[in-house]
Amino acid sequence: MSTGLLFALVGAALFPLGAAGLLLQRHLLRRILAFNLMGSGAFLVLVGLAQRQDVPDPVPQAMVLTGIVVAVAATALALALTRRLHALTGRLELPEAAHD
Amino acid sequence: MIDAQQAALVGLILLPLASGAAAFLLGPGRGAGLCIASQAAALFFALQLADSVLAGDIARHRIGGWGAPLGIDLTADGLAAAMLLLTQAVALPLALYARAYFRPDSAEVRYFWPLFGLLLAGLNALFVSTDLFNLYVTLELVGLAAVGLVGIGGGALQIAAALRYLFATLLGSGAYLLGVALIYGAYGSVAVASLTPLVAAEAPTLVGLAAGLMLLGLLLKTALFPCHYWLPPAHGGAAAPVSALLSALVVKASFYLILRLWLGPLAPLTASHPLLPWLPALLGAGAILWGSWQAIRAPRLKTMIAYSTVAQLGYLFLIFPLLGTPGGRAAGILHAVAHGLAKAAMFTAAGVLIKATGQDRIAALAGAAQQLPLTLFAFGLAGVTLMGLPPSAGFLAKWQLLDAALGQGYWGIVLITLSGGLLAAVYVFRVLRQAFLLTSSKTTVAPVPRTLEWTAFGLAGASLLLGLRGVELVELLAVWGWE
Amino acid sequence: MSANAALLLAVLASSFLPGLVIFLLPERQVALRTALNLAGAISKLALVSVLLDGVYRGETYAFRHAVLPGLELALKADALGLLFISLSAILWLLTTLYAIGYLEGAPHRSRFFGFFSLCVTATMGIAMAGNLFTFFVFYELLTLSTFPLVVHRGTAQAMQGGTVYLRYTLLGGALLLAGSVWLQHLLGHTEFAHAGIVAGLGAEQAGALRLIFFLLIAGLGVKAALVPLHGWLPQAMVAPAPVSALLHAVAVVKAGAFGIARVIYEVYGVEFAQSQGLLQPLAWLAAATIVWGSVRALFQDDLKKRLAFSTVSQVSYIALGLALFGPVATVGGLVHLVHQGIMKITLFFCAGNYAETLGIHKVSQMRGAGRRMPLTTLAFSIAALGMMGAPLTAGAVSKAWLMDGARAAGSDWAVWVLWASSLLNAAYFLPILWQAWFGRASSAWPDEHIAARGWRETAWLLLLPPLVTAAATLAVGIGAATSWSPLAWAQLIAAREYLAAAP
Repeated sequence: MSTGLLFALVGAALFPLGAAGLLLQRHLLRRILAFNLMGSGAFLVLVGLAQRQDVPDPVPQAMVLTGIVVAVAATALALALTRRLHALTGRLELPEAAHD
Repeated sequence: MIDAQQAALVGLILLPLASGAAAFLLGPGRGAGLCIASQAAALFFALQLADSVLAGDIARHRIGGWGAPLGIDLTADGLAAAMLLLTQAVALPLALYARAYFRPDSAEVRYFWPLFGLLLAGLNALFVSTDLFNLYVTLELVGLAAVGLVGIGGGALQIAAALRYLFATLLGSGAYLLGVALIYGAYGSVAVASLTPLVAAEAPTLVGLAAGLMLLGLLLKTALFPCHYWLPPAHGGAAAPVSALLSALVVKASFYLILRLWLGPLAPLTASHPLLPWLPALLGAGAILWGSWQAIRAPRLKTMIAYSTVAQLGYLFLIFPLLGTPGGRAAGILHAVAHGLAKAAMFTAAGVLIKATGQDRIAALAGAAQQLPLTLFAFGLAGVTLMGLPPSAGFLAKWQLLDAALGQGYWGIVLITLSGGLLAAVYVFRVLRQAFLLTSSKTTVAPVPRTLEWTAFGLAGASLLLGLRGVELVELLAVWGWE
Repeated sequence: MSANAALLLAVLASSFLPGLVIFLLPERQVALRTALNLAGAISKLALVSVLLDGVYRGETYAFRHAVLPGLELALKADALGLLFISLSAILWLLTTLYAIGYLEGAPHRSRFFGFFSLCVTATMGIAMAGNLFTFFVFYELLTLSTFPLVVHRGTAQAMQGGTVYLRYTLLGGALLLAGSVWLQHLLGHTEFAHAGIVAGLGAEQAGALRLIFFLLIAGLGVKAALVPLHGWLPQAMVAPAPVSALLHAVAVVKAGAFGIARVIYEVYGVEFAQSQGLLQPLAWLAAATIVWGSVRALFQDDLKKRLAFSTVSQVSYIALGLALFGPVATVGGLVHLVHQGIMKITLFFCAGNYAETLGIHKVSQMRGAGRRMPLTTLAFSIAALGMMGAPLTAGAVSKAWLMDGARAAGSDWAVWVLWASSLLNAAYFLPILWQAWFGRASSAWPDEHIAARGWRETAWLLLLPPLVTAAATLAVGIGAATSWSPLAWAQLIAAREYLAAAP
């Protein structure tokens, strides 16, 4: 098994873990971490699957770099919103969906 | 050198981006003016682009002169031009509306204009991107800007709605990204032009998985039933111009991408089994019934309109079994355009009513509805399109959909379409009847800027008038550049 | 665009544009609003008379605009359409006058007259539709523009009536839409043409065509108030009197009846429809409606409800005439489209006068009304006698032609239906007339608004329209043989239809 494939498999395992956390966790910080885990999983797959030859493929590296920037921005936005919610409600969980 | 067509293509992305950034620096006062001016220019560009595409000339631009597969290509065919035109045509009135809607000293307006510019840049870029990874970036750009817009009000409910929306959109684009990663792993390319023949030649199971992930992620972002849970609080809780932007345009962006992928690079997979197109259609039917039912029950005006969006999105997926026919395709896009204009009109009209009364319970709107006849008229006209009654673009879409469904003998689609229209009538008339109720006491309503009323009316009028000009739109869609 | 095509658009615009302006007028601009209304109504009459002359001379009028590839908004003016157009244009003018008097000082008049104008525009569009698609567009527009008129008063009862109205008409619209799209799909167009368009489809489509016929007639039958689709009509009586007059005499029910005529003659073609056995069930349904409506009318104490059930019954005369195969019955049905309109609008004007002047809403309150309001009651009597088919009235002409047509078509049972209906008409109208003329007035009227001044028993704007239409009821009856009568025009249509249908 090549290193690349190993990375990809790890990524493939991380992604559902992260996705499940994003869906099932209630604590907002955990959900944000879960999102990052999920994103990292996708990045690993992207880089890992592309490394089938010994020569590294630069294109996925560039993509992952872009992806990381996006993920950082998303994390920042999520954190800012979480802080605001905490300031307003004193809680770090989403309120139950209002049924009115 | 770039010609006028390419200048329009690039301008449509750069103009909103630059004006959004400038609005951040200049502050809401001058920023608003700048954004409106740039939106007017963008509308001009979109018209110009649509005109040249209608002449059969597909617009292409290689960014920085680097072509695919290494560089990124921008392409605008008929479908993209139609979506660009819709986006600018909705965004310009909404910009005018937003300037009159927000109080100039409020905190929200500081964030609104930069995010507005960012959102439009993202949308316009999405419609012209032909590279799966670039599409991911634009998707995220749109998603993050939209989440920010939901949260600008700063109330606990809005922040919660924004977070819920953020997690949904991140999950959706995460799944999409994983799909892109698998595709790159399989073919070593993400440019649509080079992928299409590769997928057609050979598609291993991994690619099927990738396709599933991408489409599933996009379905979540389009809020197709039963993945719609995030939409009503986000669209119903945001400020009126934001709700209008989200319902009219943002959900259409991910739908656009689904349609593109379905008919483009993933076509060999989606055509592999005859029952596959019925999956989105089935969910679409569920969306129409469930969304309408919830809209009928919703006590609050904006919640009702948001559920109506859930229902109306269903029609967009009802067309999937009919995509093989040109009529089915036209029906879907016509509906997307009609709904975009009408839903923007409806949310803006609702914004006026809510601003005037300070609350949004449908049962308590009677006084305001009678003192703001123009707004109610706008709401009614938008409702005509949503019900699919003539003479409106929504009606043309419905006619076209029924025609295509009958052509294939799909009676289920006919039945769902007709009953969807009747259900829409129930929730639209719930609001309209308020205008005719006897009001016991003379309710006082707060004065509302006339700009708000007239922009709502203009949008509603556009959704109606488009019902007389369907030919151009269908001709535009015939210029197909993705296959 | 040719002048002839522009003329058709002008007929639409003459009510549409004033309507739009009226919406924007503030409530207190009474003079300007009245001027706009009358200018629109009079210019429409002028335009229609130009059309009438042109069609009589054999001129063709057509306008087309494609909205989707293969789908066109098409307008045309032909003899059949003009029958309906002229009726609507004349009665619109009278109803406008009446409504100006009726609503004096009432709230929301700009809204009322705005939708009123839209409603007339939709009616004109229905009459001028050149294909089923265009017909459907205006048919639904009519639904939308009449709803605000039905619920105009805003009471709980009005809202209830409006809801029922919408439920029926939107459901009917959905059926009509399904039928129209299906037809469009089979043929690639839905053009109205002499002798129909479906005959060439071949035998394998016979089942589909039968189903489409059912869908179309069911969709149209809602507005034409065919039993069992008539439930909205008595409920819609909560509307103000001018609206009831318009709904029941002109716009809505006639739109349904007119649509049935178009479908039978110009979509299916009368020969083809007969050969497929489509007309016979329709004739039976119409006959059932005639009898059922009359029977129900007998038991209504509310004056407007009694008139509403009478409408249910009378409008089906038209459907019956159309469904009985043969030119004579066709003439009877078509001429009744006009005659029923004139007579029924008179009755509703009068009912409005009783309500507005004296507060009379029920038949049981009519005692002595004839002595207090002789002119109104005279008009009411003429129209009621016309409905029964009394000699010299418009009703006599329609009934005679319908009965002759039934015999000519070999449907003697229809003659009996018509006789039974006449008897029932007499049974529910004569007691009213008796009470009004010969009953002893109770000490006070329920709610007297307008005092009598000399011979003028009520406001002159309320009095003039019913007198004119009552006079017209007699005029078209006595002058039926002249060349300008509705009968002559109906004969022209039937001649063109049956001659064109012959191979």
